[in-house]
Amino acid sequence: MRRLPTPLIAGALIMLALLVCALAPDVVAPYDPIAFDYANLLQPPSGAHWFGTDQFGRDILSRTLAASTIDLQIAAFATLGPLVIGTVIGLLVGYVGGVTDMLFGRLVDLVVTFPFLVLVIAIVAVLGPGLSNMYIAVSIVGWVFYARLLRAEVLVLRQQDFVGACRVMGYGHLRIALRHILPNAARPIIVYWMTDMALAILLGSSLGYLGLGAQPPTAEWGVLIADGKNYFTQAWWITLFPGVALVLAGLGFSLIGDGLADLLDVKR
Amino acid sequence: MSGPVQQAVLEARGLGKSFAMRRGTLDLLRGRPGAVLHAVSDVDLVVSAGETLGIVGESGCGKSTLARMLVRLHEPDAGTLRFQGQDALALTGQDRRSYHRRVQMVFQDPYGSLNPRMRVGEALAEALSVHRVVPKTEIAARIATLLDMVHLPKDAAQRYPHEFSGGQRQRIGIARALSVEPAVIIADEPVSALDVSVQAQIVNLFMELQERLGLALVFITHDLRLVRHIAHRTAVMYLGRVVEQGPAQAMFAQPVHPYTQALLGAVPLVDVQHRARTSGQGVAALRGELPSPLDPPPGCPFHPRCPMAVERCRVERPVLKPAASGWPVACHLAPV
Repeated sequence: MRRLPTPLIAGALIMLALLVCALAPDVVAPYDPIAFDYANLLQPPSGAHWFGTDQFGRDILSRTLAASTIDLQIAAFATLGPLVIGTVIGLLVGYVGGVTDMLFGRLVDLVVTFPFLVLVIAIVAVLGPGLSNMYIAVSIVGWVFYARLLRAEVLVLRQQDFVGACRVMGYGHLRIALRHILPNAARPIIVYWMTDMALAILLGSSLGYLGLGAQPPTAEWGVLIADGKNYFTQAWWITLFPGVALVLAGLGFSLIGDGLADLLDVKR
Repeated sequence: MSGPVQQAVLEARGLGKSFAMRRGTLDLLRGRPGAVLHAVSDVDLVVSAGETLGIVGESGCGKSTLARMLVRLHEPDAGTLRFQGQDALALTGQDRRSYHRRVQMVFQDPYGSLNPRMRVGEALAEALSVHRVVPKTEIAARIATLLDMVHLPKDAAQRYPHEFSGGQRQRIGIARALSVEPAVIIADEPVSALDVSVQAQIVNLFMELQERLGLALVFITHDLRLVRHIAHRTAVMYLGRVVEQGPAQAMFAQPVHPYTQALLGAVPLVDVQHRARTSGQGVAALRGELPSPLDPPPGCPFHPRCPMAVERCRVERPVLKPAASGWPVACHLAPV
């Protein structure tokens, strides 16, 4: 058995901590994240409020922890759709090739012409703000990147002799694509998926900041950062701590992605 | 060695394959036709049970395309292919699957021809179960038998391809081909990627397995020494065509086609005396490069490199026809 890569262990520890917070915020958090406390407005970090309080006296630590639930949910749900759709389509166009592949190429050109965020914002604006509409919007656009990545891998693998050997064995297309090509093509999309989760949190936060994602008073890191920006000169802690949490989550996903890249690397 | 006289197992007649090259935009605008690469033209070959047919030629002569047509990785666009008398090109669905079971292939590259994410045992088990070669309960025992046949240790089944050397990987490839109990094995340069010391082991394994299982073997290589060692009959290919085909020993002793003569002249000889004798006979070494198959020379495709070419060779392409030697040769100058 080979040793687990260090980045994977580090990333997994960060994610484990975040998951505990996300799954049981009420247990971990010292205060109710949406309870106002007018006696303690804009308090700096102290023994009672480790991360300080905001303009309504809400505990920043509790709000940051509560937000992890929403943000990890965003990371999972905003990437799952693109991952699944992109994998199916990428495998299909890469394996079948020909006209299918050409049409896919044009579609990709069309989608990547627009900036990702603009396209997502446009779709959310049409569907209406809210998290589920955000997931739909991200899925409509995001699968393209997974599909493009997988297609390139499949195109290379399709030419390899071991795939030829499968055909000489008389194996069916489904068996060749799923059992022989996909496991060998999966590494880049899994690594990209991890990065994409970090990006999804940032996107969710950006949309939250713009008022198109999670709606107040729901605690969400982007919303928290947006809340703090008006008080930044007097109360830096409102913005800083959710920001650190955001960076930490991003770091966790990236480390896991890195570690998985090492782990899934196969010698030829 | 003389080949056993038996019923043909695999028989190709007039097999041909060309590939259309991509046309540039300028050519499209000018309405020029796209270039066509005639990889293989008009190849006839027959192989019987227990017999080895060697196919020799330089890189790019169409050997691999021919191999791929025989296992239906490429669909020929001319000619017929018969397996035990049955039209193999018309097979679809289940019949096509049975064809694949009977006609297997061993690939050149021992590194690219094994799925890096599949243990050796898994790969063999897959072939055995897809083709229902043995009942599920006997799969493990059959894997052990197969590994033993190709002289690999028993624990090889639990390991991944990257844990093996090139020669061992080629044994795995052979075991995979044998797993479905084929009648014919097409070996496309199976040893050219291996160290010379390992080459002999693999060639001997092929010979041993052929004797034991009565396999028909099509052995493709650019190495004449190997063909001499293993083949009963040999076909020499040049620019997609067979230029001489005959019993291996007799043909190597008295090659008729100037190309075959040149190839034999190019084999480095360790025996100095023998070298002195052959060079005294004036066997010309090959001059120049293989012409592009996109733009083959008119007349005999070999004439630009042929030391004996005459005017007729420049205008008329010789066909493969029986010569005085007793086997077919495609040369105007071959004595009839």
